[in-house]
Amino acid sequence: MKKGKLGVFKALLFYILLAGMLAFLLFPFYWTFVTSVKSEGELYGQVVTYWPKAPTFDSYKKLFTEFNFLKPMANSLLVAAMTTVISLTVSLLAAYAFSRYRFKGRKTLMTMFLTNNMFPTVLLLIPLYSIMRKLGILYTPGSLVLSYTTFTIPFSIWLLSGYLDDLPLALEEAAMVDGANRAQAFLQIILPILAPSIVATGAYVFMTAWNEYTFAVMFTNEANRTIPVALKNLIGQLGVEWGMLTAGGIITIIPVCVMFFFAQKRLIAGLTAGAVKG
Amino acid sequence: MQRKNTIWPYLLVAPALAIVLTVVFIPAVNALLMSFKNYDLRRPSSIGFIGLKNYAAIFADPLFWQSLWKTLVWVTLGVGFQFVFGFILALLLNKKFLGRGLVRSLSLIPWVTPGVLIGLMWRWIFDGNYGVLNDLLLKIGLIHDKVPFLAQESTAFPAVILTIIWQGIPFFALMLLAGLQGIPDELYDAASVDGASGIQKFFLVTIPSLKSVIFVTTLLRIIWVANSVDVIFNLTEGGPAYSTQTLSVYIFNKGNSLNLGYAATMSIMLTLALASVAVLYLRNIFRNQEGKA
Repeated sequence: MKKGKLGVFKALLFYILLAGMLAFLLFPFYWTFVTSVKSEGELYGQVVTYWPKAPTFDSYKKLFTEFNFLKPMANSLLVAAMTTVISLTVSLLAAYAFSRYRFKGRKTLMTMFLTNNMFPTVLLLIPLYSIMRKLGILYTPGSLVLSYTTFTIPFSIWLLSGYLDDLPLALEEAAMVDGANRAQAFLQIILPILAPSIVATGAYVFMTAWNEYTFAVMFTNEANRTIPVALKNLIGQLGVEWGMLTAGGIITIIPVCVMFFFAQKRLIAGLTAGAVKG
Repeated sequence: MQRKNTIWPYLLVAPALAIVLTVVFIPAVNALLMSFKNYDLRRPSSIGFIGLKNYAAIFADPLFWQSLWKTLVWVTLGVGFQFVFGFILALLLNKKFLGRGLVRSLSLIPWVTPGVLIGLMWRWIFDGNYGVLNDLLLKIGLIHDKVPFLAQESTAFPAVILTIIWQGIPFFALMLLAGLQGIPDELYDAASVDGASGIQKFFLVTIPSLKSVIFVTTLLRIIWVANSVDVIFNLTEGGPAYSTQTLSVYIFNKGNSLNLGYAATMSIMLTLALASVAVLYLRNIFRNQEGKA
């Protein structure tokens, strides 16, 4: 009898804690969405409403007609896509070398890539600004792509070599015994098996580039600013136009959420593997 | 398969190495050189070598010391509470219940949300006139007048810390959950046989098994949180009256005002401060690697 009561109490506590935690983590998104579909009158009315009385998409319409929000979206897409392709290509090659060869200087090189992630953004920001300026690529998408590789390449190498380490060597050896060379074995055997992991890594790189603000605000101008910068500028220009601001926020997060839901399983497996093995 | 004398691995690593040398190591060395220069883009004619004057200037700058202190509080409270709440979330998600997969995915969203958007969302929640936090607290009766959370010194810093806690809970939960799932059931069974209570099992089995995960994740978060600029910058830009200005935000603000030499000097100091954390992290990684091989 006593035990039963305790069980009910425990279950109740569990669900209360879980609900509380979820409410805390998700409420800001709910609130942003609700705000974006409220009419102006309701938004700045006397009472705060927790569900819009008459949902409207006016804020979204205004965002695209009064402010050319498509332009920063296209810029972000370009920068994120370029960052993803470049990072994945060079990281895959390096990860293959780290995973499949034992060579002199391997450990030193790996340490170098790992320490990369430790450098504060602001340390690199200032000299990169002056380097980009001298090279004449400041205020071009290229300057952002290059800056983003400072953290996407080390991270991708780390993640991809983890995935590669989990693939048995026997797979390639069998192919090479059959007369394939190393490159063929890689392209025909490894690449197809690794594809989902590459996609997951790519999704993470894409999200990082899509979300990045600190470099973007310094290295872009009117013509090529990315979404986070445009969003921040909206705050400056509109001040308290929260309808449009929140609408911009919702548009920013949607692609990230979609990508994350597709990639999360592999991504989480890769991310946690390193830490948990230890 | 793994022949020693081949040039291939070097060729494969070369492209990544070339990019990283260009965009990380050259700028890092550059920052060091810049810290010995008077390098203010607003006064290009006076750019030149000034020795250690920048260092002397930042040591005499009360704002530098204040930002350093703010960074310490920001990291300690931020990462500390991320860990506590992340651990609670991980323990909850480790239980089996209907819809667990969905709940887990949803609870991770703050982790992939852009810093600017985090700033925007919370700025609106904290708003002094129409903010929902004021409305909720008024309804519960905790406050009697609206509070301009981000506009006054006493509440602005706690508010930005709350925001970074919110952002970091999912990552901790993610890593700790993976750690929890890796603990073999036999350990708990053995503890039960020995008559351990639930709480004893938590401190004698769960915590020791997670030691390495906790260590690595905490170090990663310390580095990340200390370096983060976008959340604070988009909430308060470091104000009011510098009350939310961590060192990273101070450096960013100086960089924005084009006093690059001064900003570079402070970023060298930040790097040195974080290097100790980084060394601990790297040592742990390599110890584990050697253990595996």
